[in-house]
Amino acid sequence: MSEMLEIREKARLALAKPSPYGPDLGLSSYSRVSGGNVDGEELAGQAARVGVDLEGSAKAGIYLQSDRSIVMRAVEESYRDSVEVMGTMEALSKYPWLKDYWWRIVPVDLDKYTALAELEWDQGYFIRVLPGSKVTLPIHSCFLISRDNLDQNVHNLVILEPGSEAQLITGCTVHPNVRKGLHVGVSEFILRKGSKLVFTMIHGWAEGMDVRPRTGIILEDDATFISNYVCTSPVRSLQTYPVAHCIGEGSRASFNTLIYGSRNSIMDVGSMIHLEGRGSRGEMVTRAIAADESKIYTRGLLRGCNPESRGHLECRGLILSDKAMLNAIPELIGETQGTELSHEAAVGKISEDQIEYLMARGLSEDEATSLIVKGFLDVGILGLSGTLKEEIQRIINATTGRTI
Amino acid sequence: MPAALKVEDLTVEVDGRTVLRDASLEVPEGEVHVLLGPNGSGKSSLLMTIVGFSRYKVRSGRIIFDGRDITGLPIHERVRLGLSIAFQNPPVIRGVKLSDLLRLRGGDAYNGALTLAGELKITDFLERDLNLGFSGGEVKRSEILQALASNPRFILLDEPDSGVDVENLNVIGRLLERELKDRSGLLVTHLGYISKYLKPDLAYVLIDGRIVCSGDPGEIMETIMEGGYEKCLKCWKLERKLG
Repeated sequence: MSEMLEIREKARLALAKPSPYGPDLGLSSYSRVSGGNVDGEELAGQAARVGVDLEGSAKAGIYLQSDRSIVMRAVEESYRDSVEVMGTMEALSKYPWLKDYWWRIVPVDLDKYTALAELEWDQGYFIRVLPGSKVTLPIHSCFLISRDNLDQNVHNLVILEPGSEAQLITGCTVHPNVRKGLHVGVSEFILRKGSKLVFTMIHGWAEGMDVRPRTGIILEDDATFISNYVCTSPVRSLQTYPVAHCIGEGSRASFNTLIYGSRNSIMDVGSMIHLEGRGSRGEMVTRAIAADESKIYTRGLLRGCNPESRGHLECRGLILSDKAMLNAIPELIGETQGTELSHEAAVGKISEDQIEYLMARGLSEDEATSLIVKGFLDVGILGLSGTLKEEIQRIINATTGRTI
Repeated sequence: MPAALKVEDLTVEVDGRTVLRDASLEVPEGEVHVLLGPNGSGKSSLLMTIVGFSRYKVRSGRIIFDGRDITGLPIHERVRLGLSIAFQNPPVIRGVKLSDLLRLRGGDAYNGALTLAGELKITDFLERDLNLGFSGGEVKRSEILQALASNPRFILLDEPDSGVDVENLNVIGRLLERELKDRSGLLVTHLGYISKYLKPDLAYVLIDGRIVCSGDPGEIMETIMEGGYEKCLKCWKLERKLG
């Protein structure tokens, strides 16, 4: 049996396998019929909701997918020798060697969602940054669901060749008419020696959407991966637990997460770092707010298996309602002497002292609460600057302002 | 002169414990008064009650500001009437910057606040999380800046001199001396250093939640220096016996 057939077979066998995390979903209720052509202007409007600027800002490349089809993919002329951007179907047929990277970091039989992404595969982006290329402008990508009750199952593959650097922004969202549906997004990242990727993902879903990203990263020597994840709008259920394998010497992975759960949202968002390389480093910073009747789980796992590895995990959570729940689950696994792992987690309500302190500066109680909440979801932890930072701040202000 | 602030027979509880008993005082317009007393005597509690912190439950008595009973008003409404406070131990608020608070006042007021920040040498702190990692002296300067930024008519100062080094005491002292010229205020101090600059018009001694004495700040300070607060207490008991 060929390798690809073997993968399919594994997927078939895993199609009923639930994930240990998040509510279990029946997969048969979703539709495979995608929507028609999406109006360009409308698409731009939706993309802006999740920080992807299709027209205005300068960018190195762009990838745009609506439902199951690629709407646009392009690389800025001056970056054509540095970056490749295309759909994964095209990439796999263009580069036969890519199959060696396909489903290598995320197992196809991890659970029913990865299985679905194989059996009902709807494209996804292939981005490759060529050796030594420093791509200073960001690469933008956006996934849109335009049809109600669709399942969109994308599989992305990103390769940073040795010594290359890039910044990738991915926004995922739905058309305003979409109330429910499923988005499965498999993303595999290979960061070669000395490469660096800043990956910022912004989600803006609908109240009835279920979302299951499945992400794996491999970091070779001296590679750096920085993930920023932002989701501040309601969703039915979101469950993700990206895994970074710091196998290279001196490799570094960090996950920064800002989540705001409102209405009935269930958000189960984690990150896991295996510190396998000598001198590898891992860091996680999470800020989570549970409002209304939302339930939030923030998981973090650091595993140190090399004597010179170090990792730190920080999670702060705010509970804004008696009907909301926040469960912070930090885990440290040391498998060798000399690894240094630490965590700090704090969950609670906004303290009366803080509110009254701000009221003593002339703010009403609501204004004080709002300022504390906005401050708590501190974009400063993302380590971004300029337009993107402002854009994320705008998104956070808009969503938190609406829900408070 | 009408009283800018009048506290009438105030009895206050915190978590069921009485922290102030029948406390009364009156600060006329344009005057600065000082509250003296040992640790835990209720000085800060009195200021927190005047500002309206919810932990401080008024069991009896009234607070009159500018002729208006403010006992039941929410904190921010008291502040909007022209009251302001520099806290002794403000909370850390992550993600909220000092500049966020100063900007709330709008453009002109913000520029004024920036000038004050320069004078207080805390311009570097404007973009830092509120009170996070501030030293004792830095907290005091940030508090004084915030208290003055709202251009208040009456300012409550809770130990603005504690934890401040000599050089900064001079900076704070001179600035407050100038800013309080056309304002009224109530000052809490433990050490009295700041009094050299502010020259209060009247002093009160607070012991165990009671105002046991009021009078000339210089004389009272001297008495305390000589015989400690014990002497004040004895004197008060004696007066009551005689009375």
